[in-house]
Amino acid sequence: MLCRTANELFWMSRHIERAENAARLLDVTYRMSLLPYEVVEPGLAWAEPWAVPLITSGMATSYYEKFDALAAENVLRLMILDPANPSSIYSCLRAARESARSVRGAITSEMYEDLNSAWLEMRHIDYPTLETRGVSEFLDWVKMRSHLFRGVTFGTMLRDDAYHFIRLGTHLERADNTARILDVKYHTLLPSAADVGGAVDYYQWGALLRSVSGFESYRKIYSDVITPRRVAELLILRDDMPRSLHACMNFIHDTLELLCDNSSREVERAAGELHAKLHYGRADDIIEQGLHEYLMDFLERISTLGEGISRHFLAPAN
Amino acid sequence: MQTPEGRVRAHYEAFAGWLARTPPARIAQKREEAERAFHRVGITFAVYGEESGTERLIPFDIVPRIIPANEWKMLDRGLRQRVHALNLFLHDVYHEQKILDAGIVPRERVLGNEQYRPEMQGMDVPGGIYAHIAGVDIVRAGEGEYYVLEDNLRVPSGVSYMLENRKMMMRLFPELFATQPIRPVQHYPDMLLENLHALAPSGEEAPTVAVLTPGAYNSAYYEHAFLAQQMGVELVEGIDLFVQNDTVYMRTTKGPQRVHVIYRRVDDDFLDPLAFRPDSMLGVPGLFAAYRAGRVTLANAIGTGVADDKSIYTYVPDMIKFYLSEEPVLSNVPTWRCHRPADRDHVLAHLSEIVVKEVHGAGGYGMLVGPASTAAEREQFRARILADPDKYIAQPTLALSTCPTFVESGLAPRHIDFRPYVLSGKQVNLVPGGLTRVALREGSLVVNSSQGGGTKDTWVVAR
Repeated sequence: MLCRTANELFWMSRHIERAENAARLLDVTYRMSLLPYEVVEPGLAWAEPWAVPLITSGMATSYYEKFDALAAENVLRLMILDPANPSSIYSCLRAARESARSVRGAITSEMYEDLNSAWLEMRHIDYPTLETRGVSEFLDWVKMRSHLFRGVTFGTMLRDDAYHFIRLGTHLERADNTARILDVKYHTLLPSAADVGGAVDYYQWGALLRSVSGFESYRKIYSDVITPRRVAELLILRDDMPRSLHACMNFIHDTLELLCDNSSREVERAAGELHAKLHYGRADDIIEQGLHEYLMDFLERISTLGEGISRHFLAPAN
Repeated sequence: MQTPEGRVRAHYEAFAGWLARTPPARIAQKREEAERAFHRVGITFAVYGEESGTERLIPFDIVPRIIPANEWKMLDRGLRQRVHALNLFLHDVYHEQKILDAGIVPRERVLGNEQYRPEMQGMDVPGGIYAHIAGVDIVRAGEGEYYVLEDNLRVPSGVSYMLENRKMMMRLFPELFATQPIRPVQHYPDMLLENLHALAPSGEEAPTVAVLTPGAYNSAYYEHAFLAQQMGVELVEGIDLFVQNDTVYMRTTKGPQRVHVIYRRVDDDFLDPLAFRPDSMLGVPGLFAAYRAGRVTLANAIGTGVADDKSIYTYVPDMIKFYLSEEPVLSNVPTWRCHRPADRDHVLAHLSEIVVKEVHGAGGYGMLVGPASTAAEREQFRARILADPDKYIAQPTLALSTCPTFVESGLAPRHIDFRPYVLSGKQVNLVPGGLTRVALREGSLVVNSSQGGGTKDTWVVAR
């Protein structure tokens, strides 16, 4: 298939996934902000619930360029509605729809119609409508649209290269986002290590798990209190957890095997290496190395892998 | 739909009966359903000069235009004949120029035309076909009386609306199709693909076809994507293609892949910055050289504009006689050529009764509609015609047919025209139907979508 088409499909699915993850993160933040919480170290802005989505998505700097103080409304405006912020939900849906429009011959008409109607609805949402409708209700809508799109893709699309590049985009973006969400704990809870097992800890780990639809699975698997080691195991190493790093790398690794040929061995090798690290990794080793350090390393590798894919398949030099 | 005496025409009887029986609320609900569906499917066209990304729907009217079987038979024959002659003319112009030697078409009208491409002189194209896809604009004036208004031989658009309008009508009103023998048009993409395959560079058993679009911001982008998808071929932009050793390749995830036939929806000027406009960002450097070397087929060929110019239009009936020794089945609208003194005098004396058009104008711009004009506008055109008579032709205002159309005040007659699409390959082919455009403003004769025109489904009844 055309490199340009593959590139648009890859980014179409990344943008949908990014919108979904932003919605998940904001939803959890919103719920957490409604609970009474303690500021672990007074004056440490990072510990505020509304700082979390900014840090995770790397938006903190641009937020403080625009606004003086941390306020829910401003965070929501920036991350949901701001057309100038390329990772706002608005911008992600617009970009996904533009990509789909520019390669609509490569996807099914149901997929295009689904993305197009999501965009047509998003276009009419401003802050007052968001408040009237309810923030959580809106964020649920974003998640549902993403589920719907994946479902339509799964249910209607020929299993050709176009499909593989879409899956590649989804799982690369998801791996990146899960790692970022997990790393939030480094910023919010490390200062209160003494409080492990306390109420704040419980709610924060619980919220984190909920943001990746992992709370119920955690209960099912462990039937026990939430500990960092187990959360790391669940969201990094377990391959039966669809948003875990291991599960994402399984998809990426398998998909690349279908797409690769003799000239793309290096991309395949990088994916295989990262996959093996997760496949054979141990939770204790991760905790020992430090969760934050482990995740930083993962984020760097996944970004290198993304660049490799881009260089080889999506925008090769002539 | 009705005769001047107010009697419903035979071929409209079934529809008129259905319309009378159907409650207005149901019709209103169906019209809303159609609008929502067109928006969701994204059958929109981009509006130039408005905020980027502005997309509008072309208004769709649910009352079909119906053509009876005997009239279609005549149209079908006339269209095949006309397009066949136009292709012979193009071949002749770019080879021996017999028709110019015979003095049938004035030499300077052709060779001095902006649309004439000297680069094409002496070059052989596969099958001798230049206009693979032709859109012929036709109007009906009286009972069974059809006239050709214009030939579109460059990159005629609108066929996606023909197909989508039919799909919409079948979805909204299946009962109408169940009770009447309406001939299908949905096989157009198949016919087009077969046609493109047939004209691949010689020796290609399984040619690769691609549709070349200027990109997602072009007003007809929806159609380009739609046709590529319906044919199952790649939709490419200039940046997706490159030329090496006079061979055209697309950049794919599995490396370069050769392209044999390009259905291009990019104008001649922008196709190749090395051969034509050097500032074109849409084209493919080296494409023309590959074309001349016979390594790739372009549909339509380069230089077809010389045959669809309004000043050449007037000679098409003469071409039919010259090349085919046949009488034209379809007539032109009688046309005065302002460069001829007798015609010019007639035009200037009757400005308030006739329509004056610029020879190179398109899209309904640059014309004077006499009966609707002011004295000042007429004076302005008089001066323009006198200053540059070569640039103008004039035609009588015909009593154009109307079709009932839903407008704000309800159902009202509006003027319509008709564009069937004629495919030329090994044979000349067309589906029974085309795009009916409707002028939505009362009394208006301008049907162009850029000027507020709408579309209708067109039904050719089988008997």
